[in-house]
Amino acid sequence: MLKTSHRTVLILLCLLAVGSLLLATLLGSENFSLTRLMAALQQPASLDGQLLWRLRLPRAGAGFLVGAMLAIAGCLMQVLLRNPLADPYILGVSGGSALFALVGMTLGLSASLIPPLALLGALIAILMVFGLARGAGPWSGTRLLLTGVVTAAGWGALISLVLASGSDNSLRGMLFWLMGDLSYARLPGWGVVILLAVLGGALALGRSLNVLGMGESTARLLGESTQGLLWGIYFMASLLTATAVSVAGSIGFVGLIVPHLMRLLVGSDHRILLPAAALFGGTFLVLSDTLARTVVAPRQLPVGVITALLGVPLFLLLLNRARLRAGAQ
Amino acid sequence: MASPTLQCDALTATIGDLCVVAELNLSFEAGQFWGILGANGAGKTTLLRHLAGLLEPEHGAVALNGQPLHQWPRRPLARMLGMLQQQTHYVFDATVLQVALTGRHPHLGRFERERVEDLERARSALAAMDLLRLESRSVTALSGGEARRLAFAALQVQDTAVQLLDEPTNHLDFRHQVRLMSRVGEQVYGQQRLALAALHDVNLAATYCSHVLLLHEQGQWQAGTATELLREEELERLYQCPITAVETPYGTRFHPTFSDTPD
Repeated sequence: MLKTSHRTVLILLCLLAVGSLLLATLLGSENFSLTRLMAALQQPASLDGQLLWRLRLPRAGAGFLVGAMLAIAGCLMQVLLRNPLADPYILGVSGGSALFALVGMTLGLSASLIPPLALLGALIAILMVFGLARGAGPWSGTRLLLTGVVTAAGWGALISLVLASGSDNSLRGMLFWLMGDLSYARLPGWGVVILLAVLGGALALGRSLNVLGMGESTARLLGESTQGLLWGIYFMASLLTATAVSVAGSIGFVGLIVPHLMRLLVGSDHRILLPAAALFGGTFLVLSDTLARTVVAPRQLPVGVITALLGVPLFLLLLNRARLRAGAQ
Repeated sequence: MASPTLQCDALTATIGDLCVVAELNLSFEAGQFWGILGANGAGKTTLLRHLAGLLEPEHGAVALNGQPLHQWPRRPLARMLGMLQQQTHYVFDATVLQVALTGRHPHLGRFERERVEDLERARSALAAMDLLRLESRSVTALSGGEARRLAFAALQVQDTAVQLLDEPTNHLDFRHQVRLMSRVGEQVYGQQRLALAALHDVNLAATYCSHVLLLHEQGQWQAGTATELLREEELERLYQCPITAVETPYGTRFHPTFSDTPD
């Protein structure tokens, strides 16, 4: 019973996603024309081909993956904490994840151990927020945000501590954990598997997420055994955040802005919201990264700077519009 | 629809230090419409939440059709027993129709989508509560009374043999109070369902309920038929204030004695 309007929106979002990926492969230190792109695609060994296949495509793919993951993680955390302002970055989940990854790197652990460490950090960080801020009543929203902001600041301080005690030459590379950067990001196959698995799982839970968003008691009265559901969502959101962080550091605002925009566009039914958020989250991050690579070329900005610069005013605008709309009714 | 029985065995419910009911031994049977009356803070909501299996009782147990509530998996339970909560706070935007459709949630499988007949059920429940013209309105833009009617419509869509109603007529105008209570009455008496409603309006209880449960202080309780228990002295003890009974063509009705009105 997919409504026609929803199908149209999904198709448009798909086209937008393809467009953003195309743009990301065309633009850069060396702008390609379409014919040059086609030639490069067919000749991977040429200079253009190498640029395309080894730099631009993997980076665009990683950007899309991370954006989609952060957007879905945002949607899930918003249901989990019943607060539309929840987001992996604001709540310090990205920060916890980044700190654990960073400590692992400083200790010289092998690269394969970093993603599980990042996952552990994300689980611990979200558990802290979950434990401290969950509760009934009108205060829980405020308490959640305060707890999230404070723990995020704490993780930030610990990350700075690790950075400050590290050697100077590793500093620049490590900074990317703090800001979020796709410069070194490559598209990992296991990341794609995780994204598709979680998206599939979350879609199967779509109707359950809808009733859970109406409150834990309501969900139980409608037949959900909420404990298992809450832990499942908690684990999925952490897994996505940790994967995103281990690919691209802690990028902010995607998990907040994208679900919010998509709710305005398609409503709050998670069966349509989740795929829409995944598509637009990917698109948004690929476009932001293209901007980050080109706006002060040949220098590159960390993409986290761009998402924040776009995200903050956009969010304020949305908040204001929602208030005006509520006032008009 | 199977005739339900909700059985309390020595149920003791507390909130903090306050004892709501002590040793409640009572069987709620199909075809009965119970009014639960008590002063503010007497624990009507807490008792209903115990009867819905949302809270674990300190002592005793609640059983639906002979099986203790905590042994019921939530999904089959939700097809048998539904509850209208005292307030619904919507954090996320949804349309009126979407919320009404959530009543189908326990009836649909994990991968099933709402079918045409589910939509029809939802629309007819909305129509019965005069909400059909608001079906695409956002729930965050409803008035208190409209939100209440929507929650009741969703419960109707859930279509359960046991209906627990926590102050169902809050915020409702006269027309909708009567509409809601008589609808519950029809389902209870006509279709052998069971309803329990926490009420503040003694006269609604007197009009529609077959039985009442009075929650007095310190966990004391009284249960019986409405005609037996809805009398001046019981109500004065319950609400700790003077009550005047008035004979009307429909039976005895009650109001607090207005001592400060000029004669």
